[in-house]
Amino acid sequence: MSKMYLNRSLAVGALSAGLAFVVGCERPPVDTEQKGYRGTGMEEVTNPRIKEAEADLHIAPDPADPVSDEGPRAGEVYQNVEVLTDLSVPEFLRLMQSMTDWVAPDVGCTYCHDGNDFASDDLYTYDVSRQMIEMNQYVNANWETHMDDTGVTCYTCHRGENLPEESWFAEAEAGEEVLAMGLGNRMMQNKPTDKVSWSSLPRNGFDRFLLGHDDLRVEGDTILPNLDEWDVSIQDTEASYGLMMHMSDATGSNCTTCHNTGRLGQWDESPEEREISWHGIRMTRDLNVNWIEPLEADHPEARLGPTGDIAKVNCATCHYGEQLPLEGTKMVQDYPGLIGEPDEDFDFLQFGDLGTDGLRDRNSE
Amino acid sequence: MAEYQNIFTRVQARGPHDPGLELPAGDWPRTRGIADSWLLGKFGDAQVGPVYLGVTGIMSVIFGLLSIIIIGMNMLASVDWSPLEFIRQFFWLALEPPKPEYGLSLPPLNEGGWWLIAGFTLTAAILLWWVRTYNRARALGLGTHVAWAFAAAIFLFLAIGFIWPLLMGSWAKSVPFGIFPHLDWTTAFSLRYGNLYYNPFHMLSIVFLFGSALLFAMHGATILAAGRYNAEREIEQVTDRGTGAERSALFWRWTMGFNATMESIHRWGYWFAILCVITGGIGILLTGTVVENWYLWGVHHGIAPEYPEFFTPAVDPAAGGTE
Repeated sequence: MSKMYLNRSLAVGALSAGLAFVVGCERPPVDTEQKGYRGTGMEEVTNPRIKEAEADLHIAPDPADPVSDEGPRAGEVYQNVEVLTDLSVPEFLRLMQSMTDWVAPDVGCTYCHDGNDFASDDLYTYDVSRQMIEMNQYVNANWETHMDDTGVTCYTCHRGENLPEESWFAEAEAGEEVLAMGLGNRMMQNKPTDKVSWSSLPRNGFDRFLLGHDDLRVEGDTILPNLDEWDVSIQDTEASYGLMMHMSDATGSNCTTCHNTGRLGQWDESPEEREISWHGIRMTRDLNVNWIEPLEADHPEARLGPTGDIAKVNCATCHYGEQLPLEGTKMVQDYPGLIGEPDEDFDFLQFGDLGTDGLRDRNSE
Repeated sequence: MAEYQNIFTRVQARGPHDPGLELPAGDWPRTRGIADSWLLGKFGDAQVGPVYLGVTGIMSVIFGLLSIIIIGMNMLASVDWSPLEFIRQFFWLALEPPKPEYGLSLPPLNEGGWWLIAGFTLTAAILLWWVRTYNRARALGLGTHVAWAFAAAIFLFLAIGFIWPLLMGSWAKSVPFGIFPHLDWTTAFSLRYGNLYYNPFHMLSIVFLFGSALLFAMHGATILAAGRYNAEREIEQVTDRGTGAERSALFWRWTMGFNATMESIHRWGYWFAILCVITGGIGILLTGTVVENWYLWGVHHGIAPEYPEFFTPAVDPAAGGTE
């Protein structure tokens, strides 16, 4: 009897161990495109079946029919208009209607407006949308280093939802019960979550790099060690690596989309995409610090995260797994109201690199 | 009728259970249980047990269990004591080393203290097990080759988990106990120190690792292939070369001009396996202590080639165009 039991448990054990190792894998074949010099492993790997399954998500809606730019301006006709004052009345209404389709197709106008008085800003969503329109104008005018002239609209992030599906909240450190118990501290790592693309890397990378401006660089620039100058810990390396995993997952890219395979920190052997991503990290900081966080106080508790913070932006918020959101459709070109004037003081090096002038809460000034 | 096959084991010789040699005076008794397993007989001897534990064996098992319990309880606590979540998240869970700010000091239990204790008990268990492999070999009148090969593996284990963090002055440099987390450590280690593939000792370690596998395959295949000429009695044929040994030797001499002997092939295997972990350990110990960036070191010493430009290279936006 015990012999049979021994044999059976060995067989079952071997089978389940084998299964456990393959369940997380993608089915081959994948498409591989050579990007760099032969033999260097510079390849772009994509899975056509995954792309096809997600295709619907990436189709931009058709632009609303063009309307006349003549006649009085919206700011003259309607009350309590602050940010779209210069649009013609038909263009203003066209944008309002499009925004409703993009952000609140189920609820309609009353998601932001008081049904009895459209000029009333009683609903918190009224002010939030105003700020978001301003943010759109600002981003489209200033962050061409990241977006070129593709630009963004509300739809880039919202995709027909009140809240963009892809966003992030801060997480509490290990639960108080766990800490009080004296064991079981995960140290913000080792939990399967899409924040780090289901790896076990540190989960506070967004807080550190997309809200804060911690240095992402981990490699030393010298052949020999100089611990006084450069002593990045393995833990900081893992945090940086965790953000890279997110970026790769969020933009449907490989490491080799932006980095060379010899030394990941080397700029002059990296593809140009790395510059675009570099600007993307700064742009995300800008959005979170200057545009999203100031709205936190207005938001009802139900919309806040477990530590009471507002839902914030990461790469997936716009990209949804694509290198070019909405397949690179230049939606905003059909909505001139969402393109603002470039800020003269704008300097992309002031978001944590050569300074932090860009990272002051705009509303507090 | 049983038949001899030289790909899969078809024959299971079973006789009365063999309790083994008489133990020398002063040794503890072996375990009494002896069982047969048909399935294990497919892979090795069908007889399971008896086991000799002795003082070092029992101490090793106790220390080993202690470390597994410490690691396991920490993992279980991190999922709020849910057995289901423990299984679901098992590959992600870990017991992490102390944070960098603690250096080599003793941190609170829940901030790395448990990791130090688990590391200590695991090391104790492994070292005691090493003593056991040494003593048991001696008790059987064998050489201590297994013990020294095991010692080489222990060197790598200690190099990564103990000696290197000590040299770097921080327990935080060491490896977490966990499946994915220790793999993440490995990648982070390589990312941090400029790509470990340019570390010549890592290269050597890979050579010996893959070489071990190759030698193992060549040797196993040769002996099985010549099994019909008694090549499986290879040790006897070291000094008394039969046709099995002659034909095996001829095969390799004809195919690649050179052959190992029935004796030397085992030294090949032994040293390749041992050098894999010894060179690996040296590679770890030199990283961060002697060399900061292995890629730059490789370029400096002509290991890394210059590749022709294939795409427009990026420019660090923060470098201000001055390069």
